[in-house]
Amino acid sequence: MSDNASATRITRGNALRPEDIAVSGLKPSDEVGQYALRLGDDALILAQRLSWWISRAPELEEDVALGNIGLDQLGHARSFLTYAGHAWDKTEDDLAYFRREPEFRSAHLFEQPNGDFACTIARQLVASHFQHELYSRLVDSADETLGAIAAKAVKEVDYHKDHSVQWLLRLGQGTEESRRRMIDGVKLTWPYVEELFEDDDLTTALAEQGVAVLPSELRESFDAAIAAAFEQADLTVPTDPGASGGGRRGHHSEHLGFLLAEMQVLAREYPGASW
Amino acid sequence: MTGGSTTGDDGSKTKGTGVHESRQPWPLWEVFVRSSRGLSHVHAGSLHAPDADMAVRNARDLYTRRNEGVSLWVVPSSAIISSDPDAKGQYFESAQGKDYRHATYYTKSEGVKHL
Repeated sequence: MSDNASATRITRGNALRPEDIAVSGLKPSDEVGQYALRLGDDALILAQRLSWWISRAPELEEDVALGNIGLDQLGHARSFLTYAGHAWDKTEDDLAYFRREPEFRSAHLFEQPNGDFACTIARQLVASHFQHELYSRLVDSADETLGAIAAKAVKEVDYHKDHSVQWLLRLGQGTEESRRRMIDGVKLTWPYVEELFEDDDLTTALAEQGVAVLPSELRESFDAAIAAAFEQADLTVPTDPGASGGGRRGHHSEHLGFLLAEMQVLAREYPGASW
Repeated sequence: MTGGSTTGDDGSKTKGTGVHESRQPWPLWEVFVRSSRGLSHVHAGSLHAPDADMAVRNARDLYTRRNEGVSLWVVPSSAIISSDPDAKGQYFESAQGKDYRHATYYTKSEGVKHL
């Protein structure tokens, strides 16, 4: 972490924008860059998935809600990727649009297809609870920039959590059909929970320096919050075993390639395009 | 999607019966935003939501995303009783020809300061 941090707007008290990070000149180490890349990729891929719902949600109001959540995620992605990019002299766009599938470091949960509305809510439930546990601890990171990004993001993710819980309750306790779909959505989502909480060399090393949060440490409070929400919705938390994962090492499911093709096509077709 | 709990016109929540043959539209809500402390809530628009809790959340998404508000009210549209637009005459024009109702009708007395 550079000493000149105090000369920038990157402090926990300020609402941090990616533009502030871009001009900050802060250069993270390769390791910190790798960590920021993971968090940025999670948020970027989820943002892309959520944006699909605009014009397709059950009601116009829900188009707006899911669209806003997607935009929040995109904002977090921009901050993390801008910061990560500084480690290798790359921009947020270089990282978002000009990396190939094996270079993405997002967990499998985020690339899972939208399915029906209940399936998206199930994915959102897991994603927002995971991110909330993570960011609420990352605010104390020894890396001030990561802490500042987390401090801004955690307030927004708090709302994403609320949104998904509200829908879990309504679908779970609604009609037979909505309940069936919610249960199916949860069942499809659950194999991808495990991967989120796996530690590896990078997170272990950075956690020892007080920079990263060790994923496994988030599990207990995640489980407690999820259990409480499911109990209220009169649903059972699945116990299905986790899928193999590997997203943090660049091993992805078949879904990510299609997502990237759509997300990257314009930037690759017209390099440098702006509007 | 038929939504979770359905909502009566009065905004009360009723548990789903499991026999929704047709898709029920969500009820309409009126949104009031208070822009800063000391000001009253002002009507900002309307929206659809399955129930009161979701109406407040949708209102937050639709009407306060740019720091507009410090407080939100939502009211079921059906709970609002309005005057009849066709009866505008008898409702609002009764003051006509009654100039004494307007403060401007009075002349200021000689020598009164600070009025």
